[in-house]
Amino acid sequence: MDERKRELARKFIEAIPHSRALGMVLERIEDGVAVISMPYDERFVGDPETGVIHGGAVSALMDTCGGAAVMSHPTGAIGTATLDLRIDYMRPARPGDRITARAECYHVTRSVAFVRATAHDSDTDRPVAAANGAFTLERPREVET
Amino acid sequence: MSPRQRPEPVQVVKQRRDAALRALVQSVPYIRFLGIEFERRGDELTAILPFDEKLIGNPLLPALHGGATAAFLEVAAIIELSWSLIWEEMESGRLDPQRLGPDCLPRLPKTIDFTVDYLRSGLPRDAYARARVNRSGRRYASVHVEAWQDNRARLFAQATGHFLMPQGGLLRHG
Repeated sequence: MDERKRELARKFIEAIPHSRALGMVLERIEDGVAVISMPYDERFVGDPETGVIHGGAVSALMDTCGGAAVMSHPTGAIGTATLDLRIDYMRPARPGDRITARAECYHVTRSVAFVRATAHDSDTDRPVAAANGAFTLERPREVET
Repeated sequence: MSPRQRPEPVQVVKQRRDAALRALVQSVPYIRFLGIEFERRGDELTAILPFDEKLIGNPLLPALHGGATAAFLEVAAIIELSWSLIWEEMESGRLDPQRLGPDCLPRLPKTIDFTVDYLRSGLPRDAYARARVNRSGRRYASVHVEAWQDNRARLFAQATGHFLMPQGGLLRHG
């Protein structure tokens, strides 16, 4: 992926209203891999007892990151939507920490993209969550010859 | 035979149940952030996600963000599960809902895993969800949620999740 394409992808992702509302930042994008981070924010807390971020906010991060991975795949998708997404919550994210997700589009067919992702906080050795999903893959209409 | 106890006035019962639900829902910042509300008919809850621009994931269609839909379903599942625990305690008289407030809140179940099935794109209008607790054990629970917009029969998403039940008493004091 060249610099111009990357810059376009960054603008595209950071302009998604829900991703903006959650303060997501695109850290890296190339050939089927995307890394996106989200700041800690008290408005995103799901458990007032512990101050841990709501699973739904982590879902939104994983979903955005998964879609970005599909769009950056060399196969050249022009659009994508989530078909299903499963998230395993392995441990609570540390209150105050930024959460970073890394998604990889590891297989594509004509119309489906398969994605796996992990998320971690400042402790990069122990993921807070893992995800697996299937996304639709929209291709440019083939030109008949 | 002793005379049957007179039932409580309907308003008293309603107020008690509504106050308990309000305390539960208002305690979670992310529910407020997304603007999710709950309606109650007896013990049955309906979650409502009023449309808002910040829920959009695809500005061209436009469509709701898959993450906003997932969060809505997860909130509906957790509140349903927590409500079912509170309801039992409240109706048996073991819990006085007037004790519930910012300093005394129910411990929430923790999500173990959550799988969302996207059936059609979420339109830029209000969404509704109802959850069903399929299994509620001492340690684990399994909950299914369905979400729709205009037609109850045309779901736009559904989900199943497993949850770790709150341990060490239903209420926490803070």
